[in-house]
Amino acid sequence: MYGKGLRSLSIVTVAAMALALSLVFFYAPLEAEQGFLQKIFYIHVPLAIIALCGFVVGALFAIAHLRTRDSSWDMRSYVTIHMSLIFAVGALITGSIWAKGSWGHWWVWNEPTLVSFLIVFLLYATYQPLRFAIEDPERQSRYASVFAITAGAFVPMNFIAVRLSTAYLHPRVLGGTSNLPGSMRLTFMVSLAAVTLLFVTMCKYELTAKHTRAQVRALRRRLVGEDGSPARRGRTAVPAMGTQAAGRSGL
Amino acid sequence: MRRTVGALLRKELLVELRTFESVPGMSLFAVTTFVVFHFALNRSSVEGDLAAGILWVTLLFAAILGANRLFVADADQGGFDGFLLAPVDRSAMMVAKVLTMLAYLVVLELVAVPAFAILLLGPPLGPALPQLIAVLALGDIGIAVIGTLVGALAVQTRARDLLGPLLALPLLVPIVIGGARATAPLLAFSHAGGVPARWLLTLGLYDLIFGLIAYALFDFLLED
Repeated sequence: MYGKGLRSLSIVTVAAMALALSLVFFYAPLEAEQGFLQKIFYIHVPLAIIALCGFVVGALFAIAHLRTRDSSWDMRSYVTIHMSLIFAVGALITGSIWAKGSWGHWWVWNEPTLVSFLIVFLLYATYQPLRFAIEDPERQSRYASVFAITAGAFVPMNFIAVRLSTAYLHPRVLGGTSNLPGSMRLTFMVSLAAVTLLFVTMCKYELTAKHTRAQVRALRRRLVGEDGSPARRGRTAVPAMGTQAAGRSGL
Repeated sequence: MRRTVGALLRKELLVELRTFESVPGMSLFAVTTFVVFHFALNRSSVEGDLAAGILWVTLLFAAILGANRLFVADADQGGFDGFLLAPVDRSAMMVAKVLTMLAYLVVLELVAVPAFAILLLGPPLGPALPQLIAVLALGDIGIAVIGTLVGALAVQTRARDLLGPLLALPLLVPIVIGGARATAPLLAFSHAGGVPARWLLTLGLYDLIFGLIAYALFDFLLED
């Protein structure tokens, strides 16, 4: 059910990534001040944007979960936030490299976007521990959704507060895409699209894998009985989605 | 709704008055933290943004201490079950808990702020007091709302003492930013002008948004 169109989506993603990278390295002009280093911008900024969008989308899925009580929404929310966290790590590392290259420090506190991003990352880093610490699967998904919605609302609020707190020491050269020259903007847009595709594909892969595993587990249980497959060995942070549904449809 | 909130609030305050479980601990923690700051920074008096930072960090940690205890009695001794059996609006519990937390914070500050003025603060507190109270009040609302929400989230988890602070700290960073920046000019020797309005606005906006979110989401934490 989740695997539909996965192959074509993967091919499109690989093509888009290849196109974006070749544009970054061969087409986009060298920036006058920072030279080659500036090219990390085409990876760093899309990663950060997609991670933040992913957090907000995770919150929207969580709202859908609380409204419908359909555990597949919880699974989507979990996968989106999980993937966003991975992208966020990428954004933090590339941002740090960029800061070291252009300002000479691995970390700069007067770059509000970077700082707010770190705070958001620290908040979402508690998402998995929270899930892991609640044993009852139903309560786990409910509490995780409450957290996801709160944190999703926190993302813009936090950006406002941190932005206000920073005096504008650095001129924001690359603040918006509107002041970029045409070739750079094109490259950036293509990179953004490619990273978005990458995000969607990765999420779809994870969803498919989780769903398939749940189905296999349910089938095996039907085959050899309850004790044939220990359904959830120990505690887990992964939503218990699909198990009941697959079991019901099988019976 | 109002009667339910009143009854719940009375119960909370009565329990606290009989057990003295949270507020004395929070206040003592705050005073001890000032002493720790004195030695850690090796200063006998502070002012300006350093003073504001120390005050807010101390209040924040003391508040988290209280928020962690806020629902423990309800979870361990059947308070939730009793409340869920009663035919009342569930949001009432959230409102009552926020008000309880606010009361805790006010008492905490009644102890901590004078202690801070005596122990660490260089400039006199007197002239800035009305503005300081306004900033603290705005910050308290946000801390109480987040503390209640996070306390309710964390109390049902196994690692509740660990998860509560982990969840609350990043969520409260905007309060620290707004609070500390607004307080810094009040605690400076050259006390110039008032609080920049944008910090009060930030704090107010934060209180409003998270108040609404907590109100909307709290029901989902209670049903079992």
